[in-house]
Amino acid sequence: MIPVEYYLIVAALLFAIGVLGVLMRRNALVIFMSIELMLNAVNLTFVALARELNSVDGQIFVFFIMTVAAAEVAVGLAIIISLFRLKGTINVDEINLLRG
Amino acid sequence: MISFFFFFFSVIVIASAIVMILHKNPVYSALFLIITFFGIAGFYFLLEAQFLAIVHIIVYAGAIMVLFLFVIMLLNLRQEARMPIGKPFQVLFGSVLSILFLSQIVLIIYKGSVTGKIGNFPPEKINELGSVEVIGGKLFTDYLFPFEAASILLLIGIVGAIVLGSKHLPKEE
Repeated sequence: MIPVEYYLIVAALLFAIGVLGVLMRRNALVIFMSIELMLNAVNLTFVALARELNSVDGQIFVFFIMTVAAAEVAVGLAIIISLFRLKGTINVDEINLLRG
Repeated sequence: MISFFFFFFSVIVIASAIVMILHKNPVYSALFLIITFFGIAGFYFLLEAQFLAIVHIIVYAGAIMVLFLFVIMLLNLRQEARMPIGKPFQVLFGSVLSILFLSQIVLIIYKGSVTGKIGNFPPEKINELGSVEVIGGKLFTDYLFPFEAASILLLIGIVGAIVLGSKHLPKEE
């Protein structure tokens, strides 16, 4: 039986890698993937603690997070596509105007 | 045996996540992210959340990453493939911030202990009743309102993606 702290540390590492990806990459798609990675790290925390506390509420929260992530990906990728049509790039350093 | 699988999956997940954020080509990043997702599904199996592991593979590796790969192939990313990872100060600043953040979380995990109400679903009971039945029962009784709200959220997501992705944006009056 693995102690729950080990799972939490793996999840913390994944979350930190996701933060690093958002802060240092300039490609909007990779930034988006890093956000997915962070959501998954939180999901892992939820499942590990649900197991530790003999409860299934954590697993149900993971379902809702998955739903939100799916909706977020659909809308976010559509935004990236329309940005690319408008600007011809997805480098977030070059996308610095609010108006089209 | 379980601890062997735990370390196996941790190495896979962490290594492919690091490769994911460091690789210049977004197609490779997406493929390494899929490996990470499979590793996380392995963790769910180790935590005896079998239904969740299957749903995770279907939704993330099956739907979300296919969407990502479609978008990468729709956009012509020759320039971006050669784009450097970031300006040096961005890399430095990002590394310092994320290491600080990681050390804070690890400190909390190290010093803290798990408190909270112990629920009435130990793993043996979940295995006896079946993972799907327990989760479905909770979802349609205690969490009925968030469940319905999630369906509206998905509808809004579909409509928003179609409106934003369509070529002819509605002209302002």
